[in-house]
Amino acid sequence: MTERRLFVYWTGFTVILALLIVAPLVLPEFWRRFLTEILIWGLLAMSSDILIGYAGMVSFGHSAFFGLGMYGAAAALLTTNPPNLWLALLYGLLIAAATAAFVAYFSTRLRDIYFAITTLIFSQIFYVIIFTSTSLTGGENGLNFRRPALAIPHLFSIRFTPAVLHWFVLAIVVLSYLLLRRITQSPFGMVLQSIRENEARTRAIGYAVERYKIVAVMLSGVFAGLAGVLYAIQNQFAAPDFVFFVVSGEVVIYNVIGGIGTLVGPILGAAFFLLLREAFSRFFTEFYLIPLGMIFIAIVIFLPGGLLGFARRWLNR
Amino acid sequence: MGIPLDQLLIQTINGIVTGMILALVASGLTLIFGIMDVVNFAHGELFMLGAYVGVLTLAATGNFWIALVVSTLVIALLGAFIYLTTLRPLIGRDPLTTILATFGVSLVLQNYALWQFGPVARKIQEPITGHFQLFYLDYPYYRLAIAALAAAIIGGLWLFLKFGTYGIWIRATTQDRVMAQAMGIPVPWVLTAVFAIGSGMAAASGVLFGPLVGVNSQMGTSWVLRAFIVVVVGGMGSLSGSIAAAIFISLLEAYASLWVSPAQAVIVSFVVLILTLLFRPTGLFVPTPK
Repeated sequence: MTERRLFVYWTGFTVILALLIVAPLVLPEFWRRFLTEILIWGLLAMSSDILIGYAGMVSFGHSAFFGLGMYGAAAALLTTNPPNLWLALLYGLLIAAATAAFVAYFSTRLRDIYFAITTLIFSQIFYVIIFTSTSLTGGENGLNFRRPALAIPHLFSIRFTPAVLHWFVLAIVVLSYLLLRRITQSPFGMVLQSIRENEARTRAIGYAVERYKIVAVMLSGVFAGLAGVLYAIQNQFAAPDFVFFVVSGEVVIYNVIGGIGTLVGPILGAAFFLLLREAFSRFFTEFYLIPLGMIFIAIVIFLPGGLLGFARRWLNR
Repeated sequence: MGIPLDQLLIQTINGIVTGMILALVASGLTLIFGIMDVVNFAHGELFMLGAYVGVLTLAATGNFWIALVVSTLVIALLGAFIYLTTLRPLIGRDPLTTILATFGVSLVLQNYALWQFGPVARKIQEPITGHFQLFYLDYPYYRLAIAALAAAIIGGLWLFLKFGTYGIWIRATTQDRVMAQAMGIPVPWVLTAVFAIGSGMAAASGVLFGPLVGVNSQMGTSWVLRAFIVVVVGGMGSLSGSIAAAIFISLLEAYASLWVSPAQAVIVSFVVLILTLLFRPTGLFVPTPK
């Protein structure tokens, strides 16, 4: 990037960050909650962008990592008293990472639509297991738990008011974004992009493509699990619905709407989708997916770069 | 743990009956998948809408067979419309975009059905009501009739592909799209026809299956997943492979549900799919490619 573009980028970043920090102080309760939710779904979408946009592997199984991260957090919050935030994060990330390693081991041997179908089937396996092991997971009803306090032992402990929760989520999402951005610009990220462009050639150069793919899926799964933990903390419940493959489909929709391979695009896509859903559900009640689905189809056909790609082309004109 | 022989036999018959319906759904999907490289996520929704059109026609005419034919034709037209509006612009792009587009279509159709027909399940009256004694069960003749009808429809499709002019065009397009075009085959229309035929078959299976369970807007989801499994396990685009895989998987699920709940029996077919992809990605029921 040139000096000037870097400057524009970091200015934009700071302005948006400042707006997001101030937002909970000025927004009414409903919209504050809504914004936090957008950030969480945005993190989930961003995590799958590593696969879709950078490695060129469309995962239809991100609901599994998201949902298991949620159930991992639930396990920690239900077994410790008082509930411990850091333990919830640890459990959620570990379970999501283990799930991702398991799924990656099998699914990365396949490419394109076969990868998509395999990840989808894996997420359905986890869905069925969670849905039917009622004694452990609460089955269809899911699990309810208390929200932990934001605490570091012997230092401080504050309760999660909506504003504190928003800042906590914002901090994690921003750190994840910076980390993922750094990763995509690292040599590892470059190899992923070269796998996307030409897998055979990448292998011929001497990269262990399979290992890179496995690590990519795990990385993506861990961040999806992180989003799951945040969602669990915000809503204080875990339900099998979040493991169902339709959630994965929505994540892919966020990516495509916002623009894949950009990291910010998916967050933008999530915001756009959720805002439109909010608007449409006022007119169409629960049938908001009819107009939303049509908009999505139109974007797939007419805007292959998503909203961000469209904005870029329009600005450069 | 001993399983009585009669239960085993009943599950075998059940497995074959569901297997034939699944084969009917999957053969439409495999046609679309194998020939056009389109992963049709909306296939389950076409199945579901087919069942609904069947319900409406049945209410209007009172005749199940008319309902079957009308529903097949209506959904075939709908399929052609979907193909022309959403999939045709995507020709030449990454096949993955077809997953996205058809996923969007399935969201729209599923919610349309929910909006139009409500959440309460509708019932289709069985056209054949007799029963016969199967061990301790009154087994309805209709279930056997479904299997026979599904077999007849698939047989008809096979004859059409083998001897019909359009069928030959379809096979030529599968083998080499560019060459087929060069020989004067109207490839765009062949592709539209394939999508319409596949959709019509999904609708027919929806109407046939309707009497066994209620018709509701969610019924397509579980079927499209199973149909995908069948298509992959049977080998891409192989009609006979899909049929064999459909019966194989349905039998496995039927036997598995002797031990675990039907909800968990689904996992068996998931595992079969994953093992197939790992060890024989070309499909279980096709000859080894050289």
